[in-house]
Amino acid sequence: MKISKSQVPYLLLFPGFAFLFTFFVLPIINLAQTSTQTPISGGDTGQYTQTFAFSNYIHAFTDNKDQFLRSFVYATLATILALAISYPLAYAIAFKSGKFKNILLVLVVAPFFTSFLLRTVAWKQILGEEGFVVPTLRSLHIIGQQTTLTSTAFAVVTGMTYNFLPFMTLPLYASLERIDPRTIEASGDLYANGLTTFRRVTLPLSMPGVVAGTLLTFIPAAGDYVNASILGSPSTKMIGNVIESRYFKIVDYPTAAALSFTLMVAILILVTLYIRKAGTEELV
Amino acid sequence: MSNDAISARGDLRLTRLTKTYGDFNAVDDLTLTIPKGSFFALLGPSGCGKTTTLRMVAGLEEPTVGSIHLGDTDITTTRPYQRPINTVFQNYALFPHLSIFENIAFGLRRRGVKDVKEQVDKVLNLVELPHLASRKPTQLSGGQQQRIALARAIVNRPALLLLDEPLGALDLKLRRQMQIELKWIQREVGLTFVHVTHDQEEAMTMADTIAVMNEGRIEQMGSPADLYDNPETAFVANFLGQSNLIKGKIEGNDGDNLVVDLFGQKISMPKNRSHAVDNSLYAGIRPEKFRISLTGTPTRGNTLTGGHIEDVSYIGVSTQYVVSMPWGQELMVFEQNDDGVAPFDKGDEVVISWEPNFTFGLHGDEDIEAGTEVNPEEPVNE
Repeated sequence: MKISKSQVPYLLLFPGFAFLFTFFVLPIINLAQTSTQTPISGGDTGQYTQTFAFSNYIHAFTDNKDQFLRSFVYATLATILALAISYPLAYAIAFKSGKFKNILLVLVVAPFFTSFLLRTVAWKQILGEEGFVVPTLRSLHIIGQQTTLTSTAFAVVTGMTYNFLPFMTLPLYASLERIDPRTIEASGDLYANGLTTFRRVTLPLSMPGVVAGTLLTFIPAAGDYVNASILGSPSTKMIGNVIESRYFKIVDYPTAAALSFTLMVAILILVTLYIRKAGTEELV
Repeated sequence: MSNDAISARGDLRLTRLTKTYGDFNAVDDLTLTIPKGSFFALLGPSGCGKTTTLRMVAGLEEPTVGSIHLGDTDITTTRPYQRPINTVFQNYALFPHLSIFENIAFGLRRRGVKDVKEQVDKVLNLVELPHLASRKPTQLSGGQQQRIALARAIVNRPALLLLDEPLGALDLKLRRQMQIELKWIQREVGLTFVHVTHDQEEAMTMADTIAVMNEGRIEQMGSPADLYDNPETAFVANFLGQSNLIKGKIEGNDGDNLVVDLFGQKISMPKNRSHAVDNSLYAGIRPEKFRISLTGTPTRGNTLTGGHIEDVSYIGVSTQYVVSMPWGQELMVFEQNDDGVAPFDKGDEVVISWEPNFTFGLHGDEDIEAGTEVNPEEPVNE
């Protein structure tokens, strides 16, 4: 059979579409169906039937609004922290690293060579009683003798910051690296000092990287449950942890599904608002 | 001092300026005064130090040794944004995220000018692009971007405007047009322009004064006509146009003229056009100054006999001959095609003659190949 030129794009698109349909569209439909089911009366644990109980959503949300709020607060904090750490780092790699550029880029990605879980456990040990951080801070009287760092919001937020840092650094680097250094020289030539040049030229030109990096950090951070469960305590539970325990421990599939959908829609709305705002020049 | 620098005006004086990278002297002990209001060109091949000099004046590079004064103000260590100097960058370096209007207004806004519109509109009219104010730089052609880069610099009315190969990215026809326009704008606004280029024709078209640079030093400085008619070094003789350099010996004086022996044939040349230090010299004659006649016909002025035509190239406005001389040298001769026909053929026995006043004399130790091997069309140093 001969393939005509006009058919080639469809042929190339097919594997991707097939994959997305099987592993994204179908599960989403399934999830949507589950989210409005109710337990079969007299049935076993985990047996549900479709009753279009949209009240599931109201219950799921009102029972867990603290965790929802906490998820977005933590994710926002982690995103801001990651941006604050990554921007100078990406800037230095893009403009000041000379021949060390490639080595530094490999170092940024290096944590990915170990598993996400292992790294989070390692972070727990670093912040734990047996690590060097707590004794050092105590002996310097920066924290009290009884203060611990694990099982705190601090540990969860720093853990997420650490885990998602490369997702922030790499897009920032890519957009900074594309800036023509002569535009920065031109800004100095046109009476702008270093700070003004950064505000008026470098930062606006790196906005695509800022937007991409913050999205790539915020979205997974908002849905994350690994950091909160390893580094946190019951009082730092995020929405991811609730979904996880509803699904795997309590076997309350409809609530877990309703929560998942609510989270998805909430992120979608926030991201849309953010891109709208960042897409205009008023942001800077 | 820094605050005074921004209002400094006057001649630009470079004193013993040196820039060293490792053990390489990019700019070597350069002393130079550029008068206020002039159109000055730094001309030289890539790597001659002209761009480094310009960047030191702009404040983008720090001199290793030496000082830069603007009028009476020392600006050697002044930060770029505190200098009353603006640059038209080689690739224009317009801000891609800002409109043309905001690009031009950038410098005015940084200096706290409140009402920028009038000044921006005025300069947009000067470069004849008022209709593009709201566009972004990427929507403009190369020639338009070039004008906007110029407008963005001159709107600030700097004490000094630096142009770094400003026409390098334009095609030949547009380049010629912009050369004339730049010259006109310079007269119109009355600012000091310092122009860096490797294109000798561009420098000669626009500049009042040209400094020819080679290996970090100034070879010769003067008006375009001075440099062309009376070059002092082989580098200048070869870099600005073409030259025939013939080895000779000074035999004696004849009033204001020197008598020079060129491979057994005597010629004469004005004393004040010789830059030789002893008896040995190179006699230089531009190809278009030569006349060709068939052997046996009468000639005027200096005469060299025994040539024969080696090659003929007809190029419309003129014909270029390669004439082989008895001592083995090939001379280049350009003849105007006044009568429309190339009168000489390959192999003709000919005599070459020229007016003694057109001869220039170079030091006999000169490397006569200097300035010929450089390719002026090469991309310039980054």
